Amino acid sequence: MTKHTIVALVADKPGVLNHMASLFRRRGFNIESIAVGHSEVPHRSRMTIVVDGANTMVEQVRKQLDKVVDVVKVFDITGDAMIARELALIKVTATSTTRSEIIEIVDIFRANIVDVASDSVTIEVTGDENKINSLLKLLRGFGIKEIAKTGRIAMARGAARASPVEKKATKAKGKKTS
Amino acid sequence: MKLTGAQMVCEGLVKEGVGVIFGILGGALLPLYDTLPQYPQLRHILVRHEQGAAHAADGYARATGKVGVCFATSGPGATNLVTGIANAHLDSVPVLAITGQVARPFIGKDAFQEVDITGITLPITKHNYLVMDAAEIPKVVKEAIYLARTGRPGPVLIDLPRDVQIEQAEFHYPAKVDLPSYKPTLRGHPAQVKKAAKLINEAQAPVIIAGRGVIISGGYSELKELAETAQIPVITTLLGISCFPESHALSYGMLGMHGMAYANMAVDAADLIIAIGMRFDDRATAKVSAFAPHAHIIHIDIDPAEIGKNVRVDVPIVGDAAAVLKELNKLVNPAKHIDWVRQLDDWRKEHPLTIIRDTEQLLPQYVVRQIYEATKGEAIIVTGVGQHQMWAAQHYWYDRPNTFISSGGLGTMGFGLPASIGAKVGCPDETVWCIDGDGSFQMTIQELATIVQEKVAVKIAVLHNNYLGMVRQWQEMFYGKRYVATPLSSPDFVKIAQAYGFPALRVEHKKEVIPAIQKAMEEPGPFLIDFNIEPEENVYPMVPPGAALSEVLEGPKKQAKAAKDSAKLPVSNL
Repeated sequence: MTKHTIVALVADKPGVLNHMASLFRRRGFNIESIAVGHSEVPHRSRMTIVVDGANTMVEQVRKQLDKVVDVVKVFDITGDAMIARELALIKVTATSTTRSEIIEIVDIFRANIVDVASDSVTIEVTGDENKINSLLKLLRGFGIKEIAKTGRIAMARGAARASPVEKKATKAKGKKTS
Repeated sequence: MKLTGAQMVCEGLVKEGVGVIFGILGGALLPLYDTLPQYPQLRHILVRHEQGAAHAADGYARATGKVGVCFATSGPGATNLVTGIANAHLDSVPVLAITGQVARPFIGKDAFQEVDITGITLPITKHNYLVMDAAEIPKVVKEAIYLARTGRPGPVLIDLPRDVQIEQAEFHYPAKVDLPSYKPTLRGHPAQVKKAAKLINEAQAPVIIAGRGVIISGGYSELKELAETAQIPVITTLLGISCFPESHALSYGMLGMHGMAYANMAVDAADLIIAIGMRFDDRATAKVSAFAPHAHIIHIDIDPAEIGKNVRVDVPIVGDAAAVLKELNKLVNPAKHIDWVRQLDDWRKEHPLTIIRDTEQLLPQYVVRQIYEATKGEAIIVTGVGQHQMWAAQHYWYDRPNTFISSGGLGTMGFGLPASIGAKVGCPDETVWCIDGDGSFQMTIQELATIVQEKVAVKIAVLHNNYLGMVRQWQEMFYGKRYVATPLSSPDFVKIAQAYGFPALRVEHKKEVIPAIQKAMEEPGPFLIDFNIEPEENVYPMVPPGAALSEVLEGPKKQAKAAKDSAKLPVSNL
């Protein structure tokens, strides 16, 4: 079992997310996280899906995803050098005695305090899972009241992966594609 | 020019060359049906149950190679299509299903006869559409037909709310389809083709396993050229039957659970498998870990997701079967493989399938053989699912391309009669025989009314044994002969046919078989023969579930070897 990061460019239409999720469900995969947002191309959304599974099974699902007509392209970027980020909002109990200690930790992690109340502070942190987990570990002692996390979003480093749409556009300009 | 949504659907269908629609109307599809008289080019065939519409469209598509079209209303009409759509999906058949939907303001409110059919059919269609704007209809119809018939074909569904059918919009029919995310690979990668040719040229004991992909691509002559050039034995899957002439010296029948013993032995002993347009279904491979243990595998398929799904593949080639074979043939050297072909011929002599027991009993194999003789092997044979399907696959020899139509992947009992209607409507000049079992037949028996109303001259042979025979065979072999829920009290099918208004005969003795078939052939319209066959006849050869292809049982004598009880059966896809 390996944790896979799958990136998909899909048509921005109703039902696409449902279709993709159902292909994972059918094979008994539990989707660990899924993040969807607009991409650089109009009417195309970009999804980042994190699943745990055997390589051959994930590859089978990737091929099935690729067959969905509204899916433009799917990459499994697990083995690639990639940038992966999550965003978390963490509400921590903070009294006048603990607040300064919390602020110190937040600074070390280059996180931000985005809300302060009389008995709590809310912290915004961006980073990979390790960073967020380490921060959570340190904050746990103060008493965590609430956590909200986005799923992972990811991108391969460098110019290694071009979407087919991008490739087409470059070709049209008569340039060589990577 | 402004048209209503319903008119735009019909215009689109006419422009795409659709001639026949199988369907049943209902409230949500009334506007579309009301428009049909304006388009006399579109023949509508009223079926008696929507499952029949989907199967008829499926049979029509398989027989003609064109897209089969079916209509059903919202709610129950749409859900009744589901089995037929799933059947077309698993067997890669181009079917376009158009369903009515409640009017837009009612969607999502559990309105009368509302069902989320695009949601329900998501995993069993190649693509589907819920059309919320009449102006989109031309593009949707064009795309749907294109998606259904290109690449790996499959069913596409269009869900049309009632008010969208009435809504008027400007009609612009697109000249071509623009789907950047859908570009099937047709030509095989040259480097892969080269690698495949090298393996073929080096092989000592190669075998071709050809599937329905060869039929879909029309690659009959390319397949024949490959087989003849390098003298490679050809084995087919169930759905590959008739992609290669079965009387050809290099034809070694079908592989799999009820395949010929010699075909399974050949696959087991081969040093190279050239799999073309097939998907290594578990009924074909038997125990997959013991499949072709000595062989390299070349897999040619248009669907990249099929490559490596069930078996390890040494040389994958994604592409259209005919196009890839054409390129491959340029690189394959003439060869003889004399010893290997002789070995297969010896196995065929030692383990014949073609000999039918000499007895006065009325054997189903004998019936199938007599239909073969009477039609000179030139009919289109359509089957249901069960023992009769296997006998029809084994004992009729298919020399003409695309003459065997059967439900493979889904194994849908009840497929036979409606699919034979579709085949006959699509190919009116062909003789179409529906070979069915009494269990399978009764699942869609209401379509007898359709053949009478629409004057569809199919010939129906019911192999009637008063059992759900295939399941009974499993109970006999693996469940201690406990015949739970398999005995059937079937009606008098002769009286049934007569009640529907067409002639029929009952056959109880062997000597009546030939005259009855002759009578059926002479009759210009539909005809039914109720063959009261030996009730506990079994299908052999058989590879028991969980066993390897090499562990084939050829007859009841060797049955002792089979697992005695279900509890001892290894985990497999029963």
